[in-house]
Amino acid sequence: MTVTAELTQEQLLRGYRTMRTIREFEERLHIEIANAQIPGFVHLYAGEEAVAAGVCASLADTDWVSSTHRGHGHAIAKGCDVKGMMAEIYGRATGLCKGKGGSMHIADFRVGMLGANGIVGGGPPLVCGVGLASKVRGDGTVGVAFLGDGASNQGTFLESLNLSAIWKLPVVFVVENNGYGEATGQAYHQSVADTAKRADGFGLPGITVDGNDFFAVAEAAAEAIARARDGHGPTLLECKTTRFFGHFEGDTQTYRDLSEVTEARASRDCLVSFRARVTRAGLIDAGVLDAMDAEIRQLIDESVVEALAAPFPDASQLTTDVYIKY
Amino acid sequence: MARKLSFLLAINEAMHQEMARDESVIVLGEDIAGGAGGSAGNDEAWGGALGATQGLKTKYPNRVLDTPISESAFIGAAVGAAAAGMRPIAELMFVDFMGVCFDQIYNQAAKFRYMFGGNAVTPVVIRTMYGAGLRAASQHSQTLYPLFAHIPGLKVVIPSNPYDAKGLLIQAIRDNDPIVFFEHKALYELEGEVPEESYTIPFGEANIVREGSDVTIVAVGRMVQQSLIAAETLAAEGISVEIVDPRTISPLDEDTIYESVENTGRLVIVDEAHPRCSFASDVGALVAQNAFHALTAPIRMVTAPHSPVPFSPSLEDLFVPSPEKIAAAVRGVMNAKAGARR
Repeated sequence: MTVTAELTQEQLLRGYRTMRTIREFEERLHIEIANAQIPGFVHLYAGEEAVAAGVCASLADTDWVSSTHRGHGHAIAKGCDVKGMMAEIYGRATGLCKGKGGSMHIADFRVGMLGANGIVGGGPPLVCGVGLASKVRGDGTVGVAFLGDGASNQGTFLESLNLSAIWKLPVVFVVENNGYGEATGQAYHQSVADTAKRADGFGLPGITVDGNDFFAVAEAAAEAIARARDGHGPTLLECKTTRFFGHFEGDTQTYRDLSEVTEARASRDCLVSFRARVTRAGLIDAGVLDAMDAEIRQLIDESVVEALAAPFPDASQLTTDVYIKY
Repeated sequence: MARKLSFLLAINEAMHQEMARDESVIVLGEDIAGGAGGSAGNDEAWGGALGATQGLKTKYPNRVLDTPISESAFIGAAVGAAAAGMRPIAELMFVDFMGVCFDQIYNQAAKFRYMFGGNAVTPVVIRTMYGAGLRAASQHSQTLYPLFAHIPGLKVVIPSNPYDAKGLLIQAIRDNDPIVFFEHKALYELEGEVPEESYTIPFGEANIVREGSDVTIVAVGRMVQQSLIAAETLAAEGISVEIVDPRTISPLDEDTIYESVENTGRLVIVDEAHPRCSFASDVGALVAQNAFHALTAPIRMVTAPHSPVPFSPSLEDLFVPSPEKIAAAVRGVMNAKAGARR
């Protein structure tokens, strides 16, 4: 049953579940990191959930996404196991990558998650390759590269726009424009207000949407993904959004007026607007969403408890998995 | 008598045979066909900058892709396609150009398997030309395999003759780890016996190119050929040289090197790369640590100097280790004694 222009009820429920899971996951990590329980660098995705959830609403397990250093949201939206992710972030042997990757390298090829990526702009060329494989095999799969406004200045991204356009690859580039490349504002780091305009120079469609609006993202992404699947080539989809936390956990954020975040949390929270829209329209009962919220809170609680109880990797793991055969 | 083929055509034949055998093999790179979009309407004008990919585009039009001059994008695309189940062969025309795409090789391809907990398979081959001798100056002549051998997760293959070039390339294409395959430009014309049928040479198995009893030379790529010339000269002087060609420097067949040094007691390493933190210094350090008991003379390295590759023929000829310099180093270790000052 289609309940909006493009979305089925199943897609709506999945979208909400994804967004709420990401939010709970990230808010909980924020607390656990303050408690000094997590090793290393962590970059939280809270505030940007509508982008990952909206885009992945039109993807199957056989489709691929490349992600960024801020990758938890993409991993959850693409179907990575939440408990496996949590254990990975805690550096445990039960983690999705056996504790060898950590927050910045969560991947699961079985569900088309090509990996969070510690290199800004590392993903777009890889997604061109996924698109090339799809095209050569003719299997109809699509690749999506998530990147930030910061990465949109990297040569890898601009080269990938060109390569995908000339080869008409079945790929979509999703720029999550949260206004900051690390600590540097977009107004300083690029000379266009809309990153999507860069598509014009490469001969592919560029679209800008409100990245805090699940419906806007999902509908634009559905169209771009269908276009890719049908052999009409790549699209650049820019989603303007807000990062609720700093660039990394521990970032004092002295580069921005934190009323930006207060204001975004109060008036542009994708979960709040989603709930208001679907309940007001009578599409989903509020009780269904409440029950889902409780279920997700429990899942995140369990994932933290289980991660903390899990063993660290054995010393023998230090030099395994370097090669398949050496 | 077996068929003779040039190094270049051995490489070409390996790709033709593997593309015929396995539909997941694709080839991409700059001007590997050449001519697309040109006014001549000839979509296979070049077949590669020096012709290594000739004939592939005509035979497999959908699996052979010319790329724009855009190394980050297409080397990365090869890596991504490999992760998605293909077996791409990407041609990075000159290894000197890896500076603009190294991230996709050493941070992406090389690390997927480890970072992702053993769940990734990335069977990509990056073929690339290296080496001095074509008067191509500082940015088209370098011998950069030490940079790749340093990176865990990559395999580094350096054939020295046409037979090995074909067998090692077929092995590389069938191998499931990311591989950088080094082809010396000055070897392309070298002819040798190459079977018509398909065959593989395992990685990490050194080849004893010439047996001898006085001095072990360890060399790869073009330096094997230079060492063979030196060995002939030295034989006439009564010095018996054994030449060990590891063929792959990552993995490295250490045992064959140690066994040879145990037989000869002397080691000269010949390497066209710069001397610091190099293949030569690596082998020297390994032998010093693991076969010190066998040494009767100090280890000597014959390498390029610690300078960029010069343009002028008079300087470039001094840059490349010559058979004369190799022979001089061998005579040096014949006369030297362990424990004596240099």
